[in-house]
Amino acid sequence: MTTLSEAASKAHLATHGVPFLPEHIVADADAAAAAAEELGYPVVAKLNGAAIAHKTERGLVRLGLGDADSVRRAADELLAAARPEDGEVSVLVAPMVRSNREFICGVATDEQFGPTVLLGVGGILAEAIADVSLRLAPITRADAADMIDDLATQALFGEFRGEAAVDRDGLIAVLMGLSAAVTADESIVSIDLNPVLIHHGAPVAVDALVEVAS
Amino acid sequence: MSARITDDQLDALFNPRGVLIAGASTHPGKFGFVSLHNLLASGYQGKVFATNRDGAEVLGIRSVADVADLPDGEIDLVFVCTPASYNPELLRAVAAKGVKAAFLTSAGYGEAGEEGRKAQDELIALAESLGVLIAGPNGQGVVSTPAQLCAQIVAPYPPAGAIGVASQSGNFVSSFMNWSAQTGVGISRAVSAGNAAMVTVPDYLGWYAGDDATRVGLAYLEGITDGRAVYERFRSITPDMPLVVVKGGATAGGAKAAASHTGSLAADDKVFDGAMRQAGVNRAATVEEAFEAAATFATQPLPQGNRVVIMTTAGGWGVVTADAIHNSSLELLDLPDDLRDAIDEHLPPRWSRNNPVDLAGGETRDTVPTVMRLIAEHPDVDAVIYLGLGIQHNQGRMMERGAFYPDHGLERIVAYHERQDRRFAEAAAEISEATGKPILCATELATADPLNSGPMAIRESGRLCYGSGNRAVTALDHLWRYVSWRNRHLDGTVEP
Repeated sequence: MTTLSEAASKAHLATHGVPFLPEHIVADADAAAAAAEELGYPVVAKLNGAAIAHKTERGLVRLGLGDADSVRRAADELLAAARPEDGEVSVLVAPMVRSNREFICGVATDEQFGPTVLLGVGGILAEAIADVSLRLAPITRADAADMIDDLATQALFGEFRGEAAVDRDGLIAVLMGLSAAVTADESIVSIDLNPVLIHHGAPVAVDALVEVAS
Repeated sequence: MSARITDDQLDALFNPRGVLIAGASTHPGKFGFVSLHNLLASGYQGKVFATNRDGAEVLGIRSVADVADLPDGEIDLVFVCTPASYNPELLRAVAAKGVKAAFLTSAGYGEAGEEGRKAQDELIALAESLGVLIAGPNGQGVVSTPAQLCAQIVAPYPPAGAIGVASQSGNFVSSFMNWSAQTGVGISRAVSAGNAAMVTVPDYLGWYAGDDATRVGLAYLEGITDGRAVYERFRSITPDMPLVVVKGGATAGGAKAAASHTGSLAADDKVFDGAMRQAGVNRAATVEEAFEAAATFATQPLPQGNRVVIMTTAGGWGVVTADAIHNSSLELLDLPDDLRDAIDEHLPPRWSRNNPVDLAGGETRDTVPTVMRLIAEHPDVDAVIYLGLGIQHNQGRMMERGAFYPDHGLERIVAYHERQDRRFAEAAAEISEATGKPILCATELATADPLNSGPMAIRESGRLCYGSGNRAVTALDHLWRYVSWRNRHLDGTVEP
């Protein structure tokens, strides 16, 4: 199994219709600051590379960067934190999204049933809560709608703590995009969109990891 | 359907013109005796033949020692009670007589280690070359009420009806048929797949989908080895026939992708559950729930919507049943003004005036059927649950057994109570048929006192008397979830 970098994962999934925020891949601190100016503050900066799977655990994600100086500093630190086994690395600069709700969307391959598409309640309690719904790929729009209806925590889809209700069509598009991606490419073993945040009602995947059979 | 199995062969299994019991025994404790006994006792009308090593007479059937002595072209099904080692020879001989299907009770095959698996593979290869279908081996038998066929090594023979049972465990075929006998809700076909060496549970269900006698498939699954194929087959069946499935054990495998959070959330039961929902299959949590759901599909019209009215003769039952509706996909209808006004005409002012419709003891002779009809005929109502059937005759039964009967006017009032509950049950079936809407009657008297005239009359109407309001809600919820799946996935084509 090998993994694609976050940027490559997103680029691949975007071709199948999964929506992402505009973001920049840059090589150094100055380019990172320029990207942040273009995107508008605050931004996040992450170390990007094909062999980096668990960024949060390694402290390779910097959130809420509010000005050019903090972006430069973060970029320098991230690049310095790269290890030889990470291979070629870069810095990913993206708009900072704040959301009270987290979902997880993805693809997992089951020995019995083959590729499946998953929607679940995300966040640090995701595995403890295990409020998830799965369907076998490929899925139809009706299947995607059923997956949303399957979740026990329906309150998360309505207006929530001052945030807009979830755009169901947007979430359906994410699930359909995942299905299209795994159906088009049999070498894909798993996909994580974790977390998928709700930004002005629209689901936005702020991280992506595609795993392929080597 | 697997390419190697034909409808013709399954017709021979379920509607045989003649049956041969191979290995008939004179000992009433042996399978070779029991199966012949059950076949004859169930009233099978086709020709019955038997083989026995000594050519002995068993239960009035003159057996033969050699299959060659049997007539050509009169036997469609052979029921095999002989040891595995003899079966290849038997199979060749009966194929020469025109047999198209064999049910093998014989053990010593795939369940019995490496050698057994080899014997099973060889037997299946031989059967395929002979064009004979193999059901089992290591199965308990096949039942087909349209043919009055009970070719089984165990009891019971259930009443005729519209439920088609296929199970990976023979025990649960017996359980489903025992519930059928107890409730009176009948069965069309039932088969235990045994080792399912050639014919699998989905294969049987696929045949049921095209069977005029069967309205719903009821299956017990365990140890699935090709989940994707099971899904594909089920998805091809559900547009034609609802499927109720209960599953035991974990599926083999599960997701392996360790690097992903998605993989760790995709537990195997969640995958199975999602696949069943996607296929439009009604998954039940328990075998009891599965039987009652299937019995409801078999005997009630499908609801066109999810708005339910509860009609009850007393408060508590209605409250708890309303709670169950809140926790389901069903909706407790807010009583429309015109319906409330119409009911007002027939009840004293103390009735609940909302849903649940609590009659509050205000019934006179015709109140129950009249109010039930008003509710069911209202266009906003999709289904009715009636609670409290049988309480009048329950009192009657106590009076009848007491020391004062038949004096003091008791004989007359007991007869009245008995008649009333019978009328209420008959009205439920009649109004349901007239309106095309499900009407489910629930009372613990279904099992507490099956001789009560209410549950008895429901049984005679061919329907299920539910043991509680909760169980009626669970069953109705299955019907609505199937209809919702059809509406969303099949362009809204709902057959009544």
